[in-house]
Amino acid sequence: MAGSPEMIPSKQAAPQVVPKSSLWKRMSGQKQLMLMSLPILLYVFVFSYYPIWGWTMAFQNYKPARSFDQQEWVGFKHFKFLFSDDTFLMVLRNTIGMSVINMVLGFVTAIIFAILLNEIKQKLFKRSIQTISYLPHFLSWIIVTGIVANSLSVDSGIVNVLLMKLGFINEPIMWLSEPKYFWGIVGASHVWKEVGWNAIIYLAAITSIDPSLYEAAEIDGANRYQKMLYVTLPGIKSIVIILLIMNLGWILDAGFEVQYLLGNGVVVDWSQTIDIFVLKYGLQIGNYSLATAAGIFKTVVSITLIFAANTIAKRFGEDRLI
Amino acid sequence: MRTRTLKLEPVVFHTLNTIFMIGIAIVTLYPFLNTLAISLNAGNDTIRGGIYLLPRVWTDQNYKAVFAGGTIYHAFWISVARTVLATVLSLFLTSMLAYAISRKEYVFRKPITIVVVMTMYFNAGLIPSYFLIRDLHLLNNFLVYIIPGLISAFNMIVIRTYIQTLPEGLIESAKIDGAGDFRTFISIILPLCQPVLATVALFVAVGQWNSWFDTFLYASSKQDLSTLQYELMKLLSSSMLSNSSAAVSSGADPGAARNMVTPMSIRAAITIVASLPILVVYPFLQKYFVHGMQLGSVKE
Repeated sequence: MAGSPEMIPSKQAAPQVVPKSSLWKRMSGQKQLMLMSLPILLYVFVFSYYPIWGWTMAFQNYKPARSFDQQEWVGFKHFKFLFSDDTFLMVLRNTIGMSVINMVLGFVTAIIFAILLNEIKQKLFKRSIQTISYLPHFLSWIIVTGIVANSLSVDSGIVNVLLMKLGFINEPIMWLSEPKYFWGIVGASHVWKEVGWNAIIYLAAITSIDPSLYEAAEIDGANRYQKMLYVTLPGIKSIVIILLIMNLGWILDAGFEVQYLLGNGVVVDWSQTIDIFVLKYGLQIGNYSLATAAGIFKTVVSITLIFAANTIAKRFGEDRLI
Repeated sequence: MRTRTLKLEPVVFHTLNTIFMIGIAIVTLYPFLNTLAISLNAGNDTIRGGIYLLPRVWTDQNYKAVFAGGTIYHAFWISVARTVLATVLSLFLTSMLAYAISRKEYVFRKPITIVVVMTMYFNAGLIPSYFLIRDLHLLNNFLVYIIPGLISAFNMIVIRTYIQTLPEGLIESAKIDGAGDFRTFISIILPLCQPVLATVALFVAVGQWNSWFDTFLYASSKQDLSTLQYELMKLLSSSMLSNSSAAVSSGADPGAARNMVTPMSIRAAITIVASLPILVVYPFLQKYFVHGMQLGSVKE
């Protein structure tokens, strides 16, 4: 550094000056583009990045009445508490359990639905079924849980009525008051709401499979099911892998609305998720620090999983996810 | 032998597959049609049970009660207002940004894209967000419905990807004619983006129309700001607490004519009112959003 003071700066300056002035020139020609992206940048900083500052609450015994420098810092105390707290471990179990059920059911049903719908040759019928299958996706969870609660009700819910008419049960089941049914009901509600929507992407992938592959398989004597198994499934394999990996990142997002709306006092041990825990401890009980710590845990796990997923996807030779 | 089984198999398969598809259609549509029937049936009669696809005692009282000018009617208009305002604003701002970062020559294209796309993968969480809304004085303020959800990185990527498929020559010739970027965006890009804008408008409008959690969290103490979905949520949770439709009827709307309107029947009517606008629109936008989903989901 002290060796040749005149040489080094000039050497560094020479390559810097040229691009910098051209950068400046380019920028001054792009004032309108900059103005056009400015409001959104401000918005993103205020609503997405600035609140991260609030994560400091998780490392304090946060008291709203105190100013920032008066807060008492406690390190990882709240995180340690979380992982020794039975309630938190319970909501963690529920979250992962329902997440896995939703994911597995969601993938399997959407893929099967797409493959079977693809076999329908009658255009109008196919289109009508597809249009109908999207319908529940556009309904709110309020409406969907209302429908689920109605269908499962003890007095005249269609599920109990049908099961009794078909002779499977002798008296109506109180579906929503049995903890053992709760995860299944949540999974089924997700399938009902999203199967048609999730199938969109697989249907598109199936239609882009080269038809000559099917012809070749036919010549080789493959029947319908062999064609599904050896042509269609491999044809959508890459998209399935991408979506599967991508969804792993959301493993701690089992949803909030369904559990909150369908849950009740009797099934609470099996219905509460991390999001409900955060809501309850944070805004109802007022333990902001603990609730923030739980929220941080969720976000950090999600981000880690997403970046891991991205790396894995690259190794599979697929498109990058982000 | 073999050819014969092959000939029989397609018939069996297609019959079973068609029945399966019809089954799916029924399972999807039945709850909705059942709700429609209940909403058109007299409330005191519905309690007796046995309403499936058709009303037994026809009435329009439930809908009259919804639109009678009370809280639910007010909530309906709040829902309409937030949906229209937020959709228009969000569409304009999101596509403006999408245009900016679709320009290959734009120096800040990469950093801005990363900064915005990152927001898809993390959020600060409920408590910090709640404090932010409080500090911005958005609690119990109509703007809390509009501002926090204004930009979605996903929608922005969908629009940007679409803009990139437009011929570059269009933009260049606009520039040669002396149009600035903003002019080019307004008069060339926006009109050409109609298909993708229809998709994103549908996403945003549906999200706005269906939203209830922001009301619950940020505006629940101000009845004036209640939305249709939130009113529905309140009715749903009160009826789930009592857990029996008979018990609910005692708490029926006092103004209801001869118990024709019960919370259950009015809930059905609100459900229909809350879902109809979307159900009328989405089939016409199908060809757009199917394409939009493919644009946004994988290639980013």
